[in-house]
This record gives sequence, structure tokens and C-alpha cells, in this order.
Amino acid sequence: MKKIFKYVMIDILRNKIMLAYTLFLLLISLSVFNLEDNTAKGLLSLLNIILIIVPLVSILFAAIYVYNSAEFLELLVSQPLKRKTIWLSMFAGLAASLALAFFIGAGIPILLYEATATGFMMLGTGLLLSVIFVAIAMLAAVKTRDKAKGIGITILLWLYFSLLFDGLVLFLLFQFADYPMEKFMVGVSTLNPIDLSRILILLRMDVSALMGYTGAIFKNFFGTQAGVWLSFVVLLIWIVIPSWLSLRKFNRKDL
Amino acid sequence: MIIASNVSKKFGKLTALDNVSVTCNKGECIALIGPNGSGKTTLIKSILGMVVCNSGFITFNGKNILHDWQYRSHIGYMPQIGRYPDNMTIGQILSMMKDIRGKKNILLDEELVNQFKLNELLGKRMRTLSGGTRQKVSAALAFLFNPDVLILDEPTAGLDPVAAEILKEKIITEKQKGKLILITSHILSELDELVTQVIYMQDGILKFHKSIEELRKDTGQEKLSKAIANVMLSINQ
Repeated sequence: MKKIFKYVMIDILRNKIMLAYTLFLLLISLSVFNLEDNTAKGLLSLLNIILIIVPLVSILFAAIYVYNSAEFLELLVSQPLKRKTIWLSMFAGLAASLALAFFIGAGIPILLYEATATGFMMLGTGLLLSVIFVAIAMLAAVKTRDKAKGIGITILLWLYFSLLFDGLVLFLLFQFADYPMEKFMVGVSTLNPIDLSRILILLRMDVSALMGYTGAIFKNFFGTQAGVWLSFVVLLIWIVIPSWLSLRKFNRKDL
Repeated sequence: MIIASNVSKKFGKLTALDNVSVTCNKGECIALIGPNGSGKTTLIKSILGMVVCNSGFITFNGKNILHDWQYRSHIGYMPQIGRYPDNMTIGQILSMMKDIRGKKNILLDEELVNQFKLNELLGKRMRTLSGGTRQKVSAALAFLFNPDVLILDEPTAGLDPVAAEILKEKIITEKQKGKLILITSHILSELDELVTQVIYMQDGILKFHKSIEELRKDTGQEKLSKAIANVMLSINQ
């Protein structure tokens, strides 16, 4: 496991896109923190950028990397190695390098300017989101043989999680406006890791007052210690289930 | 050593392998022959576990290969089209494979690496290699770990005559050491001096598995190419 992980890591860290992504995050976070006098405001601006960019880069980079490694995977599968080892090393390599890029690009500025509980929350969710979207990308990549189709699917998935899902939720809310939907909404928010991260961070900021009655319910649930732990467990499940499904698929895949 | 029992594999509607049963023993040199698309590569890939068959099973030294992976350390595989990560150099590929497969008690067999003069090309990236050089890398990797079983899929396709001759000599030496060798090839004339057994496949069905003497006796032809041509004609009629 360690050996293949090492080769995947070395290969990704040499990749220029990875360097560009890290520098881009670094540039954005430093400028956002320096633009505003109030670092809490800076954190809010950074939140919106991170919730869009981190999933997009993670899902696209991971999917393209897996497709480009088809030869590498084929070579390894014919060697005395467990398929599980090969796939999990690939996952670990991608997840570790994207998380590392996020940590250097956004994590270090957050720790420098806003080393509060909210800052740590943002760091944690950003790292988890990187890993979650690597897992989702690998599932999409192993399910579709065609590269163009697979990358198209990952873009659609990203669009779904960052835009369409919110639209659907709003639609549901308006349709069932006469019913008490607040508790239901708490459940629905666990279906989207990006939303869950956003809620977790927003609730630690003053702006959560703007969220109205639903916000109060959210605060009652996600604001508590137990709620936060539960949300992190849900985010971890978002890593485990896609990677387990993709591993199962890879074990039976014809190469 | 390798026993396949009633192996079937479908790719969508296409039946690549239809109820194939084969027994391969130590010391044999088996030629897998058949028209294009007859399932030769699929059979090889299912033995290697790269293709998972729909029904039937394959055992290696008495153990089902389905949930096993260590058996592959006894196999050297040379694919038909060697596909390697584009960004790695020959040297990196060689050292990576040694890192993954190499054990302390295994003596590396670098004869082909030396004879193909791959040592002079270690810094070349795989993307820049010609098809023939790639085949040389594949061949060198297949023989590198001194495996008991060699599976060679179209080994000489794309090699220049000198390299093809080196490879053939190497196959003969390994055969004399009592290893099991599985070869597919369309160049039947070069198999004449190598093989002891012939497997003929068509449309995913194993038509026959005979020793070469038997085949010569049945068809009355001395040359393998003529004998196979004879068989193909009689099957198609």
C-alpha cells in the first residue's frame, strides 16, 4: 500500500495544475483577509469562494487523474497486488495531495488571520470536502469507461451539489410552505456535503441571524456540540460510502 | 498448474469466451492460436485476473484465483500492447516494478534488459518510445522476476528481427528450465521451434488442445502453419 501511495503522491505533486491550484487559493485567501479590516468578514467571503472552488477542482482533478492513470492501473493489476490496495492507494494519494493543497493554500492563511473556532471549522470542512469530492469523482470514473462522458458526469455532479440541489430545496420549501418543514430541512441538508459545510460555518457567524425561523431550528441542532459531531460523522459517511462503492466496482472491473 | 473450468465471459452481447476448459502443466510451451477476436487475449487476461469471468473458475496451483492475488508473483506477463504511464521514464518503470515485486530472495534476471540495451535508454519517457522499444520494455519486465509461468501475448509483434531473435532464444532457454509458457502469435512459422502444445480457439470456443505431434499426425503436415491452415479450412467447411 505504502509503495503505490508513494508513486501516486510523487506523480501528483509534480503536476503543475496542483501547484497552480495551491497558489490560486493562497492568493485569494491572502487578498480576502487583507481587503477587509474585519477578518470575520474576510472569512465569510472566503467561505463562498471555497465552497465553490474546492469541490470543483477536487472532483475534476481526481476524475481526470484516474482516467489518465488507466495504463498505470492496468500495469499494476497484472502484478501481484491486491486490487483493493491499488484503488485505496490511488484514493489516498489523490485525497492527501488535494487536502495538502487546500491546507497550504487556504489553511495557513486562515490559521494566520483567524485562528478561532470558526476558522478551524472552515479548515476542517474544507479538508473534508476535498476528500469527499475525490471519493465521488473516483466513483464516477470507475462507473464510466468513456473519458469524455465520465468527466461530463463529474461536472454535472458538481453542478448538482453546488447549484441544483439548492434550487430543488427552495422549490420544495415554497411548495410545502404551509407545512412545518424545519426538522425535515435539517435532514435534507445532510444530503449535500456542500450545504452541510455551509450551514456548519454560517451558524458560527453573526449572519446566521438572517436565516429566520429555519435558522433558529438549525442553530438548535447544528449549534450544539452533539450537532457538530453528528455533522462531521455525516461528512465522513460521505467519504466512506462513495469510496466503498467505487472499490466494489473496481474489484470486478475488466481492464 | 493452471486449470480453467468452463470459463465464460461476455462483453455486453458479445461472447468472448464460451465454456472454455484448459489444463496447462509445468514444462509445457503452449501456443494459443485463432483468428482475430477469437478470445485469446480475453483468456489470458482472465488467467491474470484482469478480466473477471462471468461463470466457471480458474485455479493456479490448486487455488482459485478469484480472491487470490499472490499467485501473480509466479507469472510474468507481456501484454499485446504495453501501456505504461506516459510521464515515467524506462528507469522509473523498472525501479518501480522492482520495488513492488522484488523480494530479497529472488534473483533478478536482467538478461533481456542488457541484451535489448535498455540501460542506455533509462532516461527516456515512455511517451516518446516507439512501439518496438515499448515491446522490449514489456518483454524485459515479463522475464525480470524469474517467474514460473510466462504469458506472452504477441511477443514478437513490432520487434525488429534482431530483437525478435533474442526474445526467441530467451523463450527457449526458459522453456528448457521447465517453465510453463503460454504464447499467442499470428506468425506461426516462429512458433514451430518453440511450442509443444497447440490450443486453437474460434469465436470464444476452444476447438482443440493437442500436442504438436498429434496435430502433425492428424493433418499430415510437418509445418505448423500448414497444419493450422488445414484445420482452419476443415473447421470453416
